[in-house]
Amino acid sequence: MSFSVKTETFDNVAKLTLTGELDSSTAPQLMEEINKVIPQRPSELVMDFEQLDFMASAGLRVIIFAKQKLGTAAKLFMVKPQEQVLETLRMTGLIYSVTIVEHYPE
Amino acid sequence: MAEIDTRIDYYPTHECDGIKYRKGHVLPFGASIVSHGVNFSIYSAAATSCSLVLFKKNASLPFAEIPFPEHFMIGNVYSMIVFDLDTENLEYGYRMDGPFDPAAGHRFDKNNILSDPYAKAIGGREVWLEQPKPDKLYPFRSRLVFEDFDWEDDKPLQIPFEDLIIYEMHVRSFTKSPSSGVKHPGTFAGINEKIQYLLELGINCLELMPIFEFDEFEHSKKDPVTGELLVNYWGYSTLNFFSPKSGYAAMGKYGMQVDELKTLIKQLHKHGIEIMLDVVFNHTAEGDHRGPSISFKGIDNKTYYMLTPEGYYFNFSGTGNTLNCNHPVVRSMVRDCLRYWVSEYHIDGFRFDLAAILGRAQDGSPLNNPPLLESLAHDPILAKCKLIAEAWDAGGLYQVGTFPAYGRWAEWNGMYRDTIRKFLKGDAGVVADFSERIQGSPEMYSKRGANAGINFISCHDGFTLYDMVSYNQKHNEANGENNMDGNNENDSWNCGFEGETDDIFINTLRQKQIKNAMTMLMVSQGVPMILMGDEMGRTQHGNNNTYCHDNELNWLDWNLIETNAGLYNFIKHIINFRRCHPVLRNKEHFRGSDYMNTGYTDISLHGTKPWQADLSGAGRVFAFMLDGSYAKNGNLSDDTVYVAMNMYWEALSFELPRLPHDKYWHISVNTDMPAPFDFHQLSHEPCIENQQSFLVGPRSIIILIGKEK
Repeated sequence: MSFSVKTETFDNVAKLTLTGELDSSTAPQLMEEINKVIPQRPSELVMDFEQLDFMASAGLRVIIFAKQKLGTAAKLFMVKPQEQVLETLRMTGLIYSVTIVEHYPE
Repeated sequence: MAEIDTRIDYYPTHECDGIKYRKGHVLPFGASIVSHGVNFSIYSAAATSCSLVLFKKNASLPFAEIPFPEHFMIGNVYSMIVFDLDTENLEYGYRMDGPFDPAAGHRFDKNNILSDPYAKAIGGREVWLEQPKPDKLYPFRSRLVFEDFDWEDDKPLQIPFEDLIIYEMHVRSFTKSPSSGVKHPGTFAGINEKIQYLLELGINCLELMPIFEFDEFEHSKKDPVTGELLVNYWGYSTLNFFSPKSGYAAMGKYGMQVDELKTLIKQLHKHGIEIMLDVVFNHTAEGDHRGPSISFKGIDNKTYYMLTPEGYYFNFSGTGNTLNCNHPVVRSMVRDCLRYWVSEYHIDGFRFDLAAILGRAQDGSPLNNPPLLESLAHDPILAKCKLIAEAWDAGGLYQVGTFPAYGRWAEWNGMYRDTIRKFLKGDAGVVADFSERIQGSPEMYSKRGANAGINFISCHDGFTLYDMVSYNQKHNEANGENNMDGNNENDSWNCGFEGETDDIFINTLRQKQIKNAMTMLMVSQGVPMILMGDEMGRTQHGNNNTYCHDNELNWLDWNLIETNAGLYNFIKHIINFRRCHPVLRNKEHFRGSDYMNTGYTDISLHGTKPWQADLSGAGRVFAFMLDGSYAKNGNLSDDTVYVAMNMYWEALSFELPRLPHDKYWHISVNTDMPAPFDFHQLSHEPCIENQQSFLVGPRSIIILIGKEK
């Protein structure tokens, strides 16, 4: 499975751009990046999902981890999730605690 | 993390075929994710050896099988930590060796791979009724779940019991019909999409028919006439007590059924709706001696099941076997299970199917002081959740009114259903009983209060309300059992014609009778329960036992809201009426005295003449008045509510009780009037001209409100 994640940080914002398929074989890569970002205590975590084609349970778990690890002090933005990813966020309830946007910054 | 990494108890000591493992922790039972590994723990009183069998998800053969070394065992518990497993893609099971000696209670078979009784998810039936690929080796596979759901500040709602309005629902039936218009029909997500509907209806508690993993293909067969597949649709046959039914989740095929169900629960709670589960602890899906060995049977048959002295299965459940629920080990499992659902899923309460079985000893005899029921009543984790018993079983034990309650247990009041149905169809001689039911059955629950009884007129077992007023006899031919199944005592009346008719008079009467029934339910003390769809006149075409139909017999037809708009609006109103009148929702029974010196007793009983209720003989009328000062046992103030019920076939004039000089009777409900004149909006009830008497139509109910003009 092809997957890549690119991290940029600026002004208390951490932006992760995800590409490809996020499943149990690739989720550890995202986890590694998340673990690098969390100690910086960003006030906004932005995940660009536009190029993310698929997200399985393992990927969801990493995002839930990030959300709970950062706590309520940080806002989570998800940029342009594709239909399958959006549906997964919706059905698993994560959508209720993140902000879905077309662009970041809005 | 680093600190845990170096802990010596998470360090592998053994290796087999490249898999690293060590002695595990005996508690908790089941499979738990620990640092870099998974802790497995399982017990068996009689196995001679055990091995852990590991599969990659959906692989036909295991990738490893690790026998538990003798020194990994403490007492009867086998435990082991296995490291570096791909937890997302893992399926596990156990192989147990031991005697095959049914007469002694043992049915070990080392050829079987067995599912973990403490598994938190089961693979094999991910998608509803999707034909599984043949898997003789290990059809129902234990899986891991992740307890990482973001509940935020959610917790069980703890709505006072007397304020509940329960809505009994089958998950799939609620939204499976295309008429539901939801994106994911027949699923937890489908219910989530309909929360606004539930709010509009006014209920505040969902009771879900079984959602523990079951096999819809169990005992499935072709209907001999139509060729249609008849399945285990209701799911009263548990495969595993800790796992949600994957086929009820749109995300089940992706292994995210737990997240979907928790999302539903969190959203329900956010909207003030509790969630109760109908739990089936009286038997399992393993059947009798001819049934499959899926889990319990092959792990510890003698512990988990009630066995006859010859080693056959007692059948108090009517389904083949009986869980040995007062064995100390099984008792603990039941308690662990309920604790898990309350703590991990935030479940608000449980309704126990055939709960009389839970009070039987291991030899089947009824216990005076059943330890299981007692321990659940006093459990600290279950302390605030609702416990409701179906207080009978298929072995003839009937404990409505006498179920061992320990100050906690409520029960389905079967007497309520029977009495209301008789009074509703105009039977003479039931007024005295009816009076008790309206008051929360104080003669049955004198010490337990009005909350002890769950009042219902219809439930999944038996006729829907619409069918109760449309059929005299059950019509269960479609079940393929020659109409022999299902209850014969329905206390129903078809209003003059068996089944569907164009007769306007009959159809009007049927609608009125449903309104009457719902009105009786909503003005009764005790906790009301409505069956899904009764608010819109759902029919099962006279079938009173639709356990096997995955079709329109069970699926709610949402078009009925339009078809029966008048009925639906009325029922919304009468539910709302209950919610806005606390005088209908007392926790303690009425005293029948004027203990607050208002000049009126908390309840007074009347007939066509005020203060003269005829509870004997041939009467078919009953009226009562509740003084609003006694709302919530005198803790809240409400209007005075007067209800007159005339189940006689001709109109009768009711003389009205006199109100204090500054108050007047206002009309709220009159079921004799056609919609939309059958009710008036709350606090817009018109004052009636004649304050002395009211002509109540044939088979009709009026509700008057006593308040200032």
